[in-house]
Amino acid sequence: MIALEKRPQPSQLWTAVTPLLAVLATMVAGGIMFAFLGKDPLIAIRTIFWDPLFNEQFANYSRPQLLVKAAPLILIATGLAMGFRAGVWNIGAEGQYIIGAICGAAVGLAFYPTESVLIFPLMVVAGALGGFLWAMIPGVLKVKFHTNEILVSLLLVYVAEFILASMALGALRNPEGSGFPGSRNLKEYPPAYNAELLPGTGLHWGVVAALVAVIFAYVLFSKHMMGFHIRLAGQAPKAARFGGVQPARLILFCLGTAGALAGLAGLFEVSGPAGQISIDFNVGYGFTAIIVAFLGRLNPIGILLAGLLMALTYIGGELASFMLGVPAAAIQAFQGMLLFFLLAVDVLTNYRIRFGKREVA
Amino acid sequence: MDLSAISPTLLLASLMVAATPILLAALGELVVEKSGVLNLGVEGMMITGAICGFAIAVETGSPVVGFIAAAVGGALLSLIFGILTQFLLSNQVATGLALTLFGLGLSSLLGQSYVGIRPPAVGKLDLGPLADIPFIGPVLFNHDLMVYLSLALCVGTWAVLKYTRAGLILRAVGENHDAAHALGYKVVKVRLLAIMFGGACAGLGGAYLSLIRVPQWTEGMTAGAGWIALAIVVFASWRPLRVLLGAYLFGGVTVLQLNLQAAGMAIPVEYLSMSPYLITIVVLVIMSAPRKGGKARASLAAPACLGRAFHASH
Repeated sequence: MIALEKRPQPSQLWTAVTPLLAVLATMVAGGIMFAFLGKDPLIAIRTIFWDPLFNEQFANYSRPQLLVKAAPLILIATGLAMGFRAGVWNIGAEGQYIIGAICGAAVGLAFYPTESVLIFPLMVVAGALGGFLWAMIPGVLKVKFHTNEILVSLLLVYVAEFILASMALGALRNPEGSGFPGSRNLKEYPPAYNAELLPGTGLHWGVVAALVAVIFAYVLFSKHMMGFHIRLAGQAPKAARFGGVQPARLILFCLGTAGALAGLAGLFEVSGPAGQISIDFNVGYGFTAIIVAFLGRLNPIGILLAGLLMALTYIGGELASFMLGVPAAAIQAFQGMLLFFLLAVDVLTNYRIRFGKREVA
Repeated sequence: MDLSAISPTLLLASLMVAATPILLAALGELVVEKSGVLNLGVEGMMITGAICGFAIAVETGSPVVGFIAAAVGGALLSLIFGILTQFLLSNQVATGLALTLFGLGLSSLLGQSYVGIRPPAVGKLDLGPLADIPFIGPVLFNHDLMVYLSLALCVGTWAVLKYTRAGLILRAVGENHDAAHALGYKVVKVRLLAIMFGGACAGLGGAYLSLIRVPQWTEGMTAGAGWIALAIVVFASWRPLRVLLGAYLFGGVTVLQLNLQAAGMAIPVEYLSMSPYLITIVVLVIMSAPRKGGKARASLAAPACLGRAFHASH
């Protein structure tokens, strides 16, 4: 008989090992899935995890993409992790990402075609503010009316998607675009364009912001009172209340920070890699970031690594669909599987497995 | 705008059709939550049911087999959630989210070769002279079998929860799993069964979308219906008959905004389309707001062990 025995403390060793274990298990299960799709599993796995970085033919294109894709994931996941640690479940980062992009792009486009170095910083502020305010909706509703933040933040994603469509077709549509949906391309408007800082590396302001966010979050968790309150509220809600943690402040802080970071991610994406507001601007970074946050063990450094790995699956997935005809949806299922395995092996962190006969209680 | 183009008879009739997928999914989730488990994977199970039902119905030519396959598909997917949360004691919120993310990916993978196909048609149930009653006939008695099955399921769920021993055990497990365990009830087994029931219902709801309401397969076609079903369970204060009310209310909002779009109302289409989601949020706020000097309606009715992991240490 196998029984689980709760550990007094989560195991440090297993905390570090389980993400690797989950990635390996996902590779095996994913390989089986690719085999079912009629692809050679080994080649498929190699195409996803190895070729984007080390294949001579593709690496030149793929390596910069790694930073481009990882930046929004890391930015969003860093914010989400704060909430997840405190038991505040913001799962609407996708919506906050969209609204941040719309606000930022709108500010930039409003100044078209004037030239000023202040335009881009203004856009950054607008993007963060947009995401922040959008996240404040579930935050304030939760604090004032005890409304479930999971449902509200998620439902607002659909609302944000409709606003995006309306903006791409209406208010922000390119007046010179001969009626096609989508805004002006910011690539052709340098003061508002988030260009590569070092050509050929994929390093843009979003990557810098992601690194700064990781450092801030690390300091917050390890040195600052707020970080301590967040951890306390998540691990021992009752003790937190006696310890003087104000739940309302904590909820608003977690949601607001996550929203602002997601908004920033959206702004850097729309002003850089995407270039314009279009109907299909959002590609699910807000949801994938949830996986990144868990894969990184809600730890800023872990999230940095997890974000890079998840970005690799995006790029590798594109490569696999281009080279091997693996459907794009397979990568989505692959990422979902990763979260499953992660949650499954997590049992080893918190419980000891005991083999032996079960005694009569 | 031409409001006279909107026929009240058709409006009410299509309301029932629009509400059925949400009703099915919400009833399943109600049973799951009554057993003390919060499964946020409704959206994933619904869309998996939608493609399973669609694919099997197309392959066999029989919508009935399709619906059975959808229920089985939804239940199997929910079993992953069940094993993870009940045996491996994973966090229910995170696992539910994983189920949704995985379900969305899996469904678009399975559905690749089914885009743009029409499924076998589902006939309306012939209720003879009943359908000929003016107004009431076309509104109530001119639907397919699933509409009536979902109504029967609603009444059945209510009766089982309220009057049977099985219902009592399920509620006991949801209210206090330690006490139920001490009395010798198998908490994990009861919860697993409830989870699978919820998965099967969500699968049926999804298949209703792809086989009857739309009827077509498109990626991400559930478009948040699973999340609205979750909200309706809160709205209904965990009571089956109020789930019916909630689902029909939202069906009404959906149908009304679609009709207003068709009638050419001066509001842009996007803003009309987002109204069901906004109204869901407003209703959630009203139901969760604390009343003067007391607790909120919703938090009073929630099963006491909702979302808490059960681990028998001995």
